[in-house]
Amino acid sequence: MRLEKRHRQSAFALVLAPVGAVAFTMLVSALLVLWAGAPVTRTYGLLLQGGFGSVFALSETLTRAIPLILTGLAATVAFKARLFNIGAEGQLYAGALAAVAVGGLHSGTGFDQVPMPLLFALMMLAAALAGALLLLGPALMKQRLGVDEVVTTLLLNFIVLLLVSMMLDGPMKDPTAMGWPQSVALIGDLELSKLIAQTRVHSGLLWGAGLALGVWALMKYTVLGFDIRAVGANARAAAFAGVPVTRTVALVAMLSGALAGLAGAIEVAGRTGYVTLDMSPGYGYSGIVIAMLAALHPLGVVLASVFVAGVLVGADSMSRAIGVPTYIADVIVAASLISVLVATLLTQYRVRWK
Amino acid sequence: MPDTVLKLHGITKRFGRLVANDDISLDLRRGEVLALLGENGAGKSTLVSILFGHYLADAGDITVFGQPLAPGDPKASLAAGIGMVHQHFTLADNLSVLDNVMMGSEPLWLAFTRKRAARRRLDEVARQFGLSVDADARVGSLSVGERQRVEILKALYRGARILILDEPTAVLTPQESEALFVVLAQMVAQGLSIIFISHKLAEVLRVSQRIAVLRGGKLVAQAQARGTTQAQLAQWMVGHAIDVPRRRPAPHAGQTVCELRGVSTAPARERLLEASLTLRSGEIVAIAGVSGNGQVALAELLSGTRAAIGGEVHFLGRPLPAEPSQLVAQGVARIPEDRHAVGVVGDLPVWENAVSERLRSTAFSRGFWVRRGAARAHAQHILSAFDVRGAGADAPARALSGGNMQKLILGRALLHPASTAVHTVTPRLIVAHQPTWGLDIGAVAYVQEQLIAARDAGAAVLLISDDLDEVLTLGDQVAVIHAGHLTDARPATAWTREAIGLAMAGAPAGMTQPVEVAA
Amino acid sequence: MSDLLDILVNQSFWIAVLRIATPLILGTLGVLLCERAGVLNLGIEGILVAGAFTGWLAVHAGAPLWLGVATAAATGAAFGLLHAGLTVGLALSQHVSGLGVTLLATALSYFGYRVRFPKVDTPPTITPFGEMDWIAIPVLAQQTPLTLFALVMVPVIGYMLYRTPVGLAVRMVGENPQAAEGQGVSVAAVRTGAIVAGSALMGVAGSFLTLSAFNAFFFNMVNGRGWICVALVVFASWRPGKALLGALLFAFFDALQLRLQQSGEAALPYQMYLMLPYVLSIVALVLVARKASYPQALMKPYRKGER
Repeated sequence: MRLEKRHRQSAFALVLAPVGAVAFTMLVSALLVLWAGAPVTRTYGLLLQGGFGSVFALSETLTRAIPLILTGLAATVAFKARLFNIGAEGQLYAGALAAVAVGGLHSGTGFDQVPMPLLFALMMLAAALAGALLLLGPALMKQRLGVDEVVTTLLLNFIVLLLVSMMLDGPMKDPTAMGWPQSVALIGDLELSKLIAQTRVHSGLLWGAGLALGVWALMKYTVLGFDIRAVGANARAAAFAGVPVTRTVALVAMLSGALAGLAGAIEVAGRTGYVTLDMSPGYGYSGIVIAMLAALHPLGVVLASVFVAGVLVGADSMSRAIGVPTYIADVIVAASLISVLVATLLTQYRVRWK
Repeated sequence: MPDTVLKLHGITKRFGRLVANDDISLDLRRGEVLALLGENGAGKSTLVSILFGHYLADAGDITVFGQPLAPGDPKASLAAGIGMVHQHFTLADNLSVLDNVMMGSEPLWLAFTRKRAARRRLDEVARQFGLSVDADARVGSLSVGERQRVEILKALYRGARILILDEPTAVLTPQESEALFVVLAQMVAQGLSIIFISHKLAEVLRVSQRIAVLRGGKLVAQAQARGTTQAQLAQWMVGHAIDVPRRRPAPHAGQTVCELRGVSTAPARERLLEASLTLRSGEIVAIAGVSGNGQVALAELLSGTRAAIGGEVHFLGRPLPAEPSQLVAQGVARIPEDRHAVGVVGDLPVWENAVSERLRSTAFSRGFWVRRGAARAHAQHILSAFDVRGAGADAPARALSGGNMQKLILGRALLHPASTAVHTVTPRLIVAHQPTWGLDIGAVAYVQEQLIAARDAGAAVLLISDDLDEVLTLGDQVAVIHAGHLTDARPATAWTREAIGLAMAGAPAGMTQPVEVAA
Repeated sequence: MSDLLDILVNQSFWIAVLRIATPLILGTLGVLLCERAGVLNLGIEGILVAGAFTGWLAVHAGAPLWLGVATAAATGAAFGLLHAGLTVGLALSQHVSGLGVTLLATALSYFGYRVRFPKVDTPPTITPFGEMDWIAIPVLAQQTPLTLFALVMVPVIGYMLYRTPVGLAVRMVGENPQAAEGQGVSVAAVRTGAIVAGSALMGVAGSFLTLSAFNAFFFNMVNGRGWICVALVVFASWRPGKALLGALLFAFFDALQLRLQQSGEAALPYQMYLMLPYVLSIVALVLVARKASYPQALMKPYRKGER
């Protein structure tokens, strides 16, 4: 079997690829639904309905999409520079912890006399910084020592989670939570306001959309954006052209980590109000899938996030109704990733059997 | 009656719209050296790749020793007795010579390796053809000449009776090339037949009995080597009579633009050791040498991607700036050796590559933001002034052919954003590392003309080339690099081919009477 | 300090070390095979989960224990085939493909478990492997057969890699695939074979968790062991002997931190002890980084005919 490069890539094929891939995924997942003993069309119907079929469903989907947009952007920025940041999960928790530390841990410090807007800004900054520094380490280890960042960022996830657990057991424990491991709550004034009344959709969505636009503009219109794309495509040629490679990778790491950290802060400020050990059901990893589905396009990340969020929310609702395990959502997302990769490849190459 | 060992009949191969091989029919006889001559892109490599099974021909058939050859299968070609010595060696650096040679010679289902028998056979073959090598040495530690010997032994070990050599002298000194020719003679004496690919006319006439010339995918001529001239070969290769490049002496050398004094770089695969060199405006200084002797270190030093650890480098009287952007801003034009891997970022569009070196300057950026309008305009200017064809400004740079990519790189280096139709801004220093490698004759001539024109306009030119003819034709001053050391630069007319060959191999250069340069 | 000595002298400590090391040995050998052939296999974390689940499920459904192990191996091989198809056949990014396989294998396993056991308070159990009383050596006698299998695999893989033609082919394919192709060896076939075999070993490593170490399948039971194996391969310089050493060393520290936690001193919060394995892995990676002699073709996609 051989791959032969195609000479013309029609725009039609480029759009058809992800759509075809998702369709193929749905077909394969249908087998799983059958195995679970449920009717396929009804299951998918409930899934769609649960994710997109009512104002409530949409609002839940959008709420779920918010952290995904941010972790998706984090992965996009990093992967563009060939920095494989698999640590967004840990960076998210680190950001959440930092946010609560600045925005909630105030008893007796006088810190709560600081004007709210300033405190809010500090809180967000702290979260971004926490995520940024967490990724900077592995990135520099890669540049200076040649240590593969995939394994180091992955291992850091576990370390950070244990750290969070430690904090929740000790210094940051909420004394009023009756033994339940959760952190001190954020000051109410620091919470993000709701976008749509009676729903959980909060202004974090605007943050997400705004940052997506910002990342897009950065990549396309700035010198740093060029540097990032050049380093990701060919670091040697980039260095020859005068791109400061190590500095660019460090900046990418900080930007990517910051975005993931902000995801944590925004989840706390918009949805939960405090940090728990299970506040992220794998948003960091889903972010990577979203980035690939969006072909590393910042604006596509928003679309892909809504898609994945819809599947996750829909699966929850569907599972309550029919009983097909919610994990089908994870299967659909993982299978979509693989199918999209294959489909995108097929738009560029033709398969030849010898 | 010379018997035919190999018969190619009607071989055709297309890559998309490009016809790489067009209905080629060729014979090879026993005990003969057949040279396959042609420019880059003429189809030589494709033809032998088909013979060796790397590619599958679209039409035609091949007969080896009277038997039809199963197409597209290196295993079949190997079994039929065809061996190939690739231009870029296919060796695993981390494994031993013995491992490299014997890999693939035993069936994979065997439960153990017969290492002792393999070692004995290797020694036997090495002795038979006069190639000495240490079976247990790690290939990564061998010199280029030794690695080529391993590459040849690989083929002979498998019992090759037909050997294909793809540009074998590209990486050898003149003396090493002679040694190779002796080995080839040994092989022929033992009844082997050889296909020798080259684009070097003199060599081809010397080594082969028959010559086949390819042009544009077609076989345009076959002739006996005896009785054919270089001019005739050149005409077949190009399709029309061409002028053999002549020397055009420099008007006069001006001030010193760049000076190296006792410069050394950090130990690495290639390095400089106490190298000294003076580059003056209006002069081309050409560096001859076998690639791998420090040329990369010298080029990278002056391109801003390698630092000196000893000695001094001065540019326009001050220490050489450390970073590429500063170098470019001060008037250093760089043409890198590897246009695909270093010269352009293949995935990015042509226009971004056209301004990549100057992006940080005020010409193309305002602080954080790129000045897209100005950048695209300058890119278009380069594309038209340097006749870059084959892809638009928005296409990814890798879509450009080798020649067009080199023209883009040349334009980027030589065309200053402030140049107008009336007043051209010439670079102060041009660092050209193998600027004509892999280009067809037309593109080679274009690049050489650009360098000479820049020299005449006052630029100092450093030309690093492993093509001795190019060095002696273009260079006003010539120095030789060997193992990181640079000889003194002497006028090109003061060097003989032997003296240069000796210097390339590291022997101390003695002075000999000046002799005419053309080989 | 005397606490430490008490721990080290106790035989049960060393038994625990060998037990903890077993899945690491098998997993690391699996990754080693793939990487020697030039392919990074980040699917290991998911394959461990899938191996643990399918092996256990087979036994729960009534199969004898060794058939369960074989099922786990087959599951691993199947996901390995998927990864090979994506990275060797289609030359896709090895990082992304591996992560996709991990996500898919994990999701499928969890889904399958929930379909089979929708509402359970305590996870259903099976009868795991028993100890090997017939061996006369202490510490080893208290292990289960899979540990012996893991220990035996080390010299077997070593012999295969360095003394058989197929092992030489695997190494060549990981150093210079063009050279292998030019010598008549099919790069695609050798790489696929290595990935499938390595993934089968990973599947067996997973089955150890549910058929020996524990007797039930839990969510999050793999908990990063796959990634640790990936780190250990670098630490082992891609050599089977050193892989065994690395796994044992790591297991030593893991068992130690467990014992220290339990020893009652509790000088530090227990989470810090749990962090130790992960921190050590990162440290190990940093220490060997400079000297790492990668198989030269590792992580470079190979497209036949493109030279």
